[in-house]
Amino acid sequence: MIPGQFQYYRPATTAEAIGLMAKLGDDARPLAGGHSLIPMMKLRLATPEHLVDLHGIASLKGIRREGDRIVIGAMTTQHDLLASDEIAKMLPILHETSLLIADPQVRYMGTIGGNVANGDPGNDMPALMMTLGATYHLEGQGGVRQVPAAEFYQGAYFTALEPGEILTAIAVPTPAANHGYAYEKLKRKIGDYATAAAAVVLTMSGGKVATCSIGLTNLSETALLADEAAKAVIGTSLDDASLKRAAAAAEAIMSPAGDGRGSPEYRKYVGGIMVIRALQHAAARAK
Amino acid sequence: MAKTHVTMRVNGAEVEGLVEPRTLLVHFIRENLQMTGTHIGCDTTHCGACTVDLNGMSVKSCTVLAVQAEGAEISTIEGMANADGTLSALQEGFRMMHGLQCGFCTPGMIVRAHRLLQENTSPTEEEIRFGIAGNLCRCTGYQNIVRAIQYAAAKINGVEFQEAAE
Repeated sequence: MIPGQFQYYRPATTAEAIGLMAKLGDDARPLAGGHSLIPMMKLRLATPEHLVDLHGIASLKGIRREGDRIVIGAMTTQHDLLASDEIAKMLPILHETSLLIADPQVRYMGTIGGNVANGDPGNDMPALMMTLGATYHLEGQGGVRQVPAAEFYQGAYFTALEPGEILTAIAVPTPAANHGYAYEKLKRKIGDYATAAAAVVLTMSGGKVATCSIGLTNLSETALLADEAAKAVIGTSLDDASLKRAAAAAEAIMSPAGDGRGSPEYRKYVGGIMVIRALQHAAARAK
Repeated sequence: MAKTHVTMRVNGAEVEGLVEPRTLLVHFIRENLQMTGTHIGCDTTHCGACTVDLNGMSVKSCTVLAVQAEGAEISTIEGMANADGTLSALQEGFRMMHGLQCGFCTPGMIVRAHRLLQENTSPTEEEIRFGIAGNLCRCTGYQNIVRAIQYAAAKINGVEFQEAAE
């Protein structure tokens, strides 16, 4: 299979890329790692007339500290994230999640920017970014907009990105040093999208949950933030009754599709189990 | 559609060609360069038969455009043997440990295992299995592929290969 015809551009700067996107209009797509877009082009599910390859823009790569935030360039690959000591130390949930994405070859090419900007509900990073309270930097000819991950996703493959805009970076507030975390992903086989997955970041105080946020992957048209489920465990010691309440609150907002990964009922059921496991695992890791 | 001029180094040699932007790297390698050791298996980024080494990364060349590889350093299965033409430690391992049956996945397996051993010279069995998770084999059940990679790691490290106790 070969993609349909298109014109290819490789700008050297973000400004040049944004200029191209504005000039080429709706028929242009930015190309990051290409491991979602190129397969879709081969199947004619995407037929862009122009591809703007961001690979040559050095400023879009890398991980840096900016005050109490970690800023990750959009073209940073999953492999780069796994190789980063800073990520392993400051954002260990990002390390844990990156290991669960696809396979080694895909992780060398796949970027965090592409993963979050594509709007695919099966991708793992959107729920994680919502859970961490991350902000996306969207850059267009009008300048830079900062949009919280929690407000970015509007539907499957529909996001807050305006035509001509490129997602250039992701800013993640550094979690408390004593936080606990877990990303629990049920999948049919290694490399698969989640049947159901849950991200948890929490802090404990005196054996009770002090703060908590919970994100859900592939259990609706977009990644979800399970606020009610998180509220259900704050102030508790994660006893069985509280865990069950959290799972029920999370299941109440899930609306998964039925597909080869299971029926909607099954996926909601295991989604609740992922929430419980992630809460327990995160609590065990909290200091 | 206007063609684009691309240059890259493949197995140490400068190569160039004119390609449509939509030409996949695997087609450039197999058809323009006539190096057919790199296989097309699933053509959907799953099976890893088309794996090549690109700038120190294992990539599935059915999912990379040839134009994306402009200026890149690429190694394929044709570049895996020792400089004097003898089998590399990995090739020898696949031969000695019966790491292939039909052989279709083998080029991708060896190119991937080559990068894995560059990054981790003494991987555990679990690290090997995780490291080749992007390569599918429908014959061996992976058992002898894992042994082949363990054999190669031992040889590269200058130690005797010892089978793990069953």
